Amino acid sequence: MEKTLQEVENKVVDEFSMFDEWLDRYEYLIELGKSLKDYPEADKTDEHLIKGCQSRVWLDYKVEDGRIFFNADSDAIITKGIISLLIRIYSGRKPEEILSSDFSVVDRIGLRENLSPTRANGLVSMIGRIREAAAEHASGQNNG
Amino acid sequence: MTVDQLRKYFPALSAKVYGRDLVYLDSAATSQRPQSVIDEWERITVQCNANIHRAVHALAEEATRAYEQARESARAYINALSREEIVFTSGVTAGINLVAFSFGEAFVSEGDEVIVSECEHHSNIVPWQMMCRRKKAVLKVLPVDDRGELMVDMLEGMCTEKTRIVAVTHVSNVLGIVNPLKEITAVCHAKGIPVLVDGAQGIVHCGIDVRDTDCDFYAFSGHKIYAATGTGVLYGKRELLDRMPPYMGGGEMVGTVRFSGTTYAPLPLKFEAGTQNFAGVPTLTPALRLAGEIKDDRGLIENENAVRDYVLDALCSDSRISLYGNPSDRRLKIPLFSFSVDGAHHEDLALILDKMGIATRSGQMCAEPLMDRYGVSGMLRASFAPYNTMEEAEFFISSLDKAIGMLR
Repeated sequence: MEKTLQEVENKVVDEFSMFDEWLDRYEYLIELGKSLKDYPEADKTDEHLIKGCQSRVWLDYKVEDGRIFFNADSDAIITKGIISLLIRIYSGRKPEEILSSDFSVVDRIGLRENLSPTRANGLVSMIGRIREAAAEHASGQNNG
Repeated sequence: MTVDQLRKYFPALSAKVYGRDLVYLDSAATSQRPQSVIDEWERITVQCNANIHRAVHALAEEATRAYEQARESARAYINALSREEIVFTSGVTAGINLVAFSFGEAFVSEGDEVIVSECEHHSNIVPWQMMCRRKKAVLKVLPVDDRGELMVDMLEGMCTEKTRIVAVTHVSNVLGIVNPLKEITAVCHAKGIPVLVDGAQGIVHCGIDVRDTDCDFYAFSGHKIYAATGTGVLYGKRELLDRMPPYMGGGEMVGTVRFSGTTYAPLPLKFEAGTQNFAGVPTLTPALRLAGEIKDDRGLIENENAVRDYVLDALCSDSRISLYGNPSDRRLKIPLFSFSVDGAHHEDLALILDKMGIATRSGQMCAEPLMDRYGVSGMLRASFAPYNTMEEAEFFISSLDKAIGMLR
């Protein structure tokens, strides 16, 4: 049976709790970042760009059978690793399920400094856009 | 004084981060504070917390004395002629905004020109853009060459009859190169054009003699030179400040107030409207005292130069690294290094170095035009202060190598 969104969130948090050392956590994120599915260069347009002072993030999505599939990329590899976690959790879910998340997973795995809004990091906006996409399609307006 | 002796004055330098010794290489953003500064701030707050210049009671007397003592400390540190030429602000940004507004009101009209350089911090660009928009004036830009040196040869040709002011940085917060201020003021003054200098970085590593340099305005922030944050000094030549209208209206900056009209207080209070940072400003006295000792200490100067040479050589000899700001004469370089690494993003590097205990800065460093000049989305910056040791420099270089290895 398919895992619920919360179950995947908890699994991700568990995986990270195994690392005592910060650098090991980052090594793992770098590996995840490097293995993230290719994002088409052609889709790295301003329309999909979430510009930050530090790293840039591109986010695209499509809706199929009432589920939202996200694809994203970043020019920074650690951000890309976090993106890979977010895609694992949120992609392929129904909008209502996405909206049931409190989006605290990044905080729970101890990467809160990556989400400081004052650093204008693309990741903060990315989570906002995932939520927006879910909200837009939650009320049956399946025209994404 | 040895570096280890100097470090003992700064409590924050013995901090641990993630269980490791802190290596603080972000002093260009803000310096750490010595105990003498912390003590003075606490003394004012605990023993004489009172609004300055107004009341006659004992607390206010002492708070006012400490505040005005700081004005004398700042005057002496930059060798200004008189206390009237020292205006307290909240920092460089406030100082430049003050000049851009008040100088603009007094001297700039439609079609006039203002010159800034390509290596300015946004604080020395945006206030001038705002003034130019208001006055319908034109902003012109003096470029830097590939090494990061200002193309001062072009300045004379750029200055026209319409040029009202030239605003340049003493040392760029990205390039770390000391600009030739005397040459710039000479060129400008030959045409009767005043010069404003952004001293945010320069005051720390070079000091300034405003009379010898002959700049017309010089702005610096307290927090980069060991004093409390929210403090700043704007030096201005008296004959210019006198002719400029106030920037802000309010208490303290007035002579008489009637609904039929108001007269303004004499310098410098004309530019100090409202309640000032009376707990912070007095910390300039111990901060500048220490800065003066550091500046004249042979051992500390030698250490700073050795650190600069070591890091410069290490970064320049690494083919993966592009350093921005590499003057032909390395004596013009302060120990501030901005660079990019082929195949490793500046944000990733900063995050990993942080976890190794090293505080650096990454991003656009409030200098987007310079990022565009070099075609990068951002850089990593390591900025050293006189309290950084050679061991820290070596640890930085070996940690950087490790971080690059993890990312590539």
